[in-house]
Amino acid sequence: MSEADIIPDAPHPLRTTFRMLWRDKFAFSAAIFLCFIIFCAIFGPMLLEDVATKQNLRGRNAPPFDFSRPWYFWLGGDALGRPLLARIMVAAQNTMMVAAGAVFFSLAIGTTLGLIAGYTSKLGSQVIMRLADVIMSFPSLLLAVIVLYVLPPSVFNLVIVLAITRIPIYLRTSRAEVLEIRERMFVQAAQVMGASSKRIIFRHILPVVFPTLVTIATLDFALVVLVESSLSFLGIGIQPPEITWGLMVSQGRAYLTTAWWLSFWPGLAIILTTLSLNLLANWMRTALDPVQRWRLESRKTSDE
Amino acid sequence: MSKHLLEVRDLSVDFHTAQGTVHAVRNVSFHLDRGETLAILGESGSGKSVSASAIMDLIDVPPGEITSGEVHFDGLDLLRASHEERRLINGNRIAMIFQDPLSHLNPVYRVGWQIEEMMTAHGMAQKEARARTLELLQRVGIPEAETKIDAYPHQFSGGQRQRIMIAMALALKPDILIADEPTTALDVTVQAQILALLEELQEETGMGLLLITHDLGVVAEVADRVVVMNAGEIVETGTAAQVYSNATHPYTKKLIAAVPGAGDMAAPLEATKPILEVNGLAKHFGEFVALEGASFTVLPGETVAIVGESGSGKSTLAKTLLRLEEATAGEALYKGRDLVTISPRELFDLRRDVQMIFQDPTQSLNPRMSVYDIIAEAFIIHPEILPKAKRRDRVAELLTHVGLEAAHMQRYPHQFSGGQRQRIAIARALALEPKLIICDEAVSALDVSIQAQVIQLLAGLQSDFGLSYMFIAHDLPLVRDFAHRVVVMQSGRIVEQGPVAQIFDAPQQDYTRKLIAASLSPDPEIQAERRLARDQLTGAV
Repeated sequence: MSEADIIPDAPHPLRTTFRMLWRDKFAFSAAIFLCFIIFCAIFGPMLLEDVATKQNLRGRNAPPFDFSRPWYFWLGGDALGRPLLARIMVAAQNTMMVAAGAVFFSLAIGTTLGLIAGYTSKLGSQVIMRLADVIMSFPSLLLAVIVLYVLPPSVFNLVIVLAITRIPIYLRTSRAEVLEIRERMFVQAAQVMGASSKRIIFRHILPVVFPTLVTIATLDFALVVLVESSLSFLGIGIQPPEITWGLMVSQGRAYLTTAWWLSFWPGLAIILTTLSLNLLANWMRTALDPVQRWRLESRKTSDE
Repeated sequence: MSKHLLEVRDLSVDFHTAQGTVHAVRNVSFHLDRGETLAILGESGSGKSVSASAIMDLIDVPPGEITSGEVHFDGLDLLRASHEERRLINGNRIAMIFQDPLSHLNPVYRVGWQIEEMMTAHGMAQKEARARTLELLQRVGIPEAETKIDAYPHQFSGGQRQRIMIAMALALKPDILIADEPTTALDVTVQAQILALLEELQEETGMGLLLITHDLGVVAEVADRVVVMNAGEIVETGTAAQVYSNATHPYTKKLIAAVPGAGDMAAPLEATKPILEVNGLAKHFGEFVALEGASFTVLPGETVAIVGESGSGKSTLAKTLLRLEEATAGEALYKGRDLVTISPRELFDLRRDVQMIFQDPTQSLNPRMSVYDIIAEAFIIHPEILPKAKRRDRVAELLTHVGLEAAHMQRYPHQFSGGQRQRIAIARALALEPKLIICDEAVSALDVSIQAQVIQLLAGLQSDFGLSYMFIAHDLPLVRDFAHRVVVMQSGRIVEQGPVAQIFDAPQQDYTRKLIAASLSPDPEIQAERRLARDQLTGAV
């Protein structure tokens, strides 16, 4: 057969992805910002740990934009005279670990259970759904307080607790979507071909459900950061001198009238990160959908 | 001003899309007189609906743009009228009914309320509107209108919903009724009733009826004059009889030639050992009997058509045979093995032999998979068919078989037209090298000329590979041309079966006769005869 020669190979997936990202300038900036945050999360504590924890009582609540001081003081200093910029960069690690970890685990577990609940027998579905109801009916903060009171507060335990309380959201969403999608004709067509349940779930149903779930996850990210900060505020979350953005926001609360920047900058970091994730998720939804993808493909390269 | 009730002159509509400007309608002119029925005939994408939308001011601007033209109605150019003037005319003087009444009725309001709203919106008193609504519902033939006036849309059948839409459109006694494919979603017998109702109402009120359709049979049944559109342009106009018998434009000729129901009927095959033998198959959903006592056989290389109206159990039969639904009773022997009871393991092997082509290719192809992935999935599920290295070539070969190009394999379903998508679905079914293909209304959603091509393709594949088809359809002319044998179903039961010639030339059952009488012929003369026969039949029943 000579057809194989005629059909050009699709361009490398990485290249097309990058090109599509470049077409959406908002998503592109968001990706760059997130890369920077991830960089801070990985290397921040290593590079800036000393600077971020060194107290300087003469520089207490130093105002921002004083460019005569070193760069890490440009966003001002906190109540103990520690540079805010450096602290935000160091705190990125704990924040990202807790928030990303919790969101990831709740997304993974919730989706898996949701797919099972949506696609298996009535009994299995009932058991899973009632479990979700139990979690939902229990106030999540109370659950966290009890668990973290019993277990030592650590990043790992915090992730587990936050993940469990967020599971029902993904579970219910994915189950509802699965119930609808499994009745679609292309699923029946796959059944007629003899496709296994596993194949139908992962190849036919999950790709349709996934973009919705990722969008929820990005919104959930901000919520988890704030829940973590309220736990830290109660003293059962991250323990000082460890820091997170949420903890910084709540620590700065007392000084809101005199030194707004204490809460403002970490708050801004939370907002920008969530916003970036959201923009990127939005881009991804479009990029993953073959019907919508042309919006991101430049006219020159598309064959239509 | 113009002497016609409605006159459209040099109408052009463009749509600005990302792929460039599409000239949806180009220099279209036609007119409609009082008491006349004008049909705009064309296939999907011909611009027939866009023309009607321009009259009703329903075109979204942007992306649409009316680049030229005038629409004169009652001394007013509708394209240049203000929104206030339009509001007084829409619904009041010009009304419209749509193809799918379910999506055009609001599901959360009672139907009576929705009809009343039409009148109160144009300034009628509530009480008066209610009385008129009741009168209208009775007029369009809704039984027990007094109680049904407070029912919700889902409590009505498709035909009744269309009647309600008509009642709504007629509420204010419009001068013009625009009907956009009013019967496409309906069964043949219901279609005949709705068309008859429209004609009656037209006689009563003297309104002008603008009928948009792709169905030559509908044109033959009701239209006085017809305008044939293709690719945004009018290619032919004239009276219905003229256009049918003396078509001048090649497109019209092609369209008329593509209409099924004129060819020779197939002779029955010689009796051999059947490939599929169904005995007393039944499926109940609780108390509801969807299928009862279905028994028939399919021979190798034979096409058995299953016909009947919606709700007759055709699709349930297909789903039960494919084990998408578990049968309540009965057996279906495929090469001696009972499809209904065999273990999942054996069933998996049999999946290769029995395949299905679904009604709507838009829904039966996963929109997120490329054509290659869709077809090659067969080889992934049944890896014994073909080694990995040969799959790409085989997919290319299959695509060429069904009349597509090998290079299409990298595209996604939405980049194809309806007919092409159905070809992809056929290629997918063929990938497993089946012996029996169940086609569930496989060509119903396609345009007439595309329909003819797909049927031709199926027939070609049958002679090449000796395939058997179970061809589920509601379109009798199509069945007449394609099937060897016909099974007629009604409310879950088989009422009649036999060779195609016997069913069409000498039907034994009243129901079969009714079905055949209700199907429309594209020839206005034949249609007039049929109409007479139908009237006698309904008179007799």
